[in-house]
Amino acid sequence: MKTRILFGFLFFLLINGSTISLFGQEVKGAGETTEKFDANTFILDHVADSHEWHILTKPNGENIALYLPVIVYTKNKGFYVFSSKKLAYGKVYKGFKIEEEGDLKGTIVIVNEEGVADEKNLPLDLSLTKTVVAMISAAIIGLLLFLSLARSYKKTGISHPKGMQSFLEPVILFIRDDIAIPNLGHKFEKYMPYLLTVFFFILINNLMGLIPTPPPFGAIVTGNIAITFILAICTFIVIQFSGNKMYWKHVFATPGVPFWLLPIMIPVEIIGLFTKPFALMIRLFANMVAGHFVSLSLISLIFIFGSLVLAPVSVLFVIFMDCLEVLVAFLQAYIFTLLSALFIGMAIQEEH
Amino acid sequence: MILLANSLVTPAVGTLFWSAFIFILFFLLLTKFAWKPILSAVKARDEVIKSSLESAAKAREDMLKIQSDNESILRKAREERENILKEARDVRDKLISEAKGKATEEAEKLIEKARVGIENEKLKALSEIHEQVATLSVDIASKLLGEQLKPSGEQSKLIDNYLKEIDFKKN
Repeated sequence: MKTRILFGFLFFLLINGSTISLFGQEVKGAGETTEKFDANTFILDHVADSHEWHILTKPNGENIALYLPVIVYTKNKGFYVFSSKKLAYGKVYKGFKIEEEGDLKGTIVIVNEEGVADEKNLPLDLSLTKTVVAMISAAIIGLLLFLSLARSYKKTGISHPKGMQSFLEPVILFIRDDIAIPNLGHKFEKYMPYLLTVFFFILINNLMGLIPTPPPFGAIVTGNIAITFILAICTFIVIQFSGNKMYWKHVFATPGVPFWLLPIMIPVEIIGLFTKPFALMIRLFANMVAGHFVSLSLISLIFIFGSLVLAPVSVLFVIFMDCLEVLVAFLQAYIFTLLSALFIGMAIQEEH
Repeated sequence: MILLANSLVTPAVGTLFWSAFIFILFFLLLTKFAWKPILSAVKARDEVIKSSLESAAKAREDMLKIQSDNESILRKAREERENILKEARDVRDKLISEAKGKATEEAEKLIEKARVGIENEKLKALSEIHEQVATLSVDIASKLLGEQLKPSGEQSKLIDNYLKEIDFKKN
């Protein structure tokens, strides 16, 4: 779908006879020298979080975008809630501005009367950004889906699964029988809600990110490190809180290690506690970002070479990548859940 | 690449806050209103299936047991029947042979009796014939002789002598 829209868009470009910028660059009219296409900026702008949900840029340079609410807090001035439209195109509103260049690109900064941004003293930005809105939408979709599923279970009772149940139940059973039970043993029931939530949260977000447009689709939620960080932290907390005596003994007095090695072993084990969720965080983030990077790079090729001849090749590759990404969406949700279950299982295993 | 490092790998505070809030809320709501009823429904169904399978297996086992019981009962009954039949046959044979023996004995006895009777009757008849013949002979002789012979001792002796000469066996 992403590719089809882009393909159609390319023809639109041709017919129009002018170069327009999808990428937040300055727009040149027909006959003007076209600015060199910067694939790096193009890709990063698509992948990165933003305060508005950009859909497309019209030939006259106007953006068609969904302007999301900005919520900022500063010590001096307190809370501010306003539409990000007031900050669009680099405008300054109530002393706030979205930085457009440099290291702080995309972040809200405070500007003084002279119009100079204060890069040291950043406001606390609790805006409902693109990622946050997409995540809320995913959560709502998930809630609607599973609450109606729960209701249908109340109706069907113990009879065979019907409708949506027959579609979702195999997935739930797969998580129970192939992820939870092998790793957690007889205590699996306690962890099922967490594993199911993680799996479906990641899966819904991954799949929503693959649909290019319109909002709330197309945001790369699981490719945002803050989200994978929170997910990993949750797994970390679950692991530490379910760890039994055996687990802590392995950390602080690893059996079979001579006591003089303990000063080395204990720090290593403690680092080990953090590397597991850290790996979870990076794996999910990197996989989801990488997939979008590849797709967007392939699309960028058309613009870099400035030739439509290349478009079919690019499009084919992007279709291939999108198919792969659907697989990756499921795979990453599965891997995150599986590894969470595995780590929890390691923390609760009994002495053997 | 510095740009990449900054914008992508640094988690934004706002996003951290919102994602923690949304994820935890999502988790709590789903756990309470979705996972618990779904998992318990699935579990209940699994248990029903398991118990039905078990009872089916048990029923099958029982049936097999009943079948083998039936067979053994049948076999026993057949044996019993054979035994009874054999016994009956034996009894019958015995009765028959006994009856046969008795009958033969009885018959022999009867025959013997009859023979004795016949012998007696024969002897009686013979003596009667003797007498009759003697009387007839005397009558004939007297008629022939024209005189009434008295059945004295001499005459009777004479007749007896004649009769002795007659061979009965020729008749």
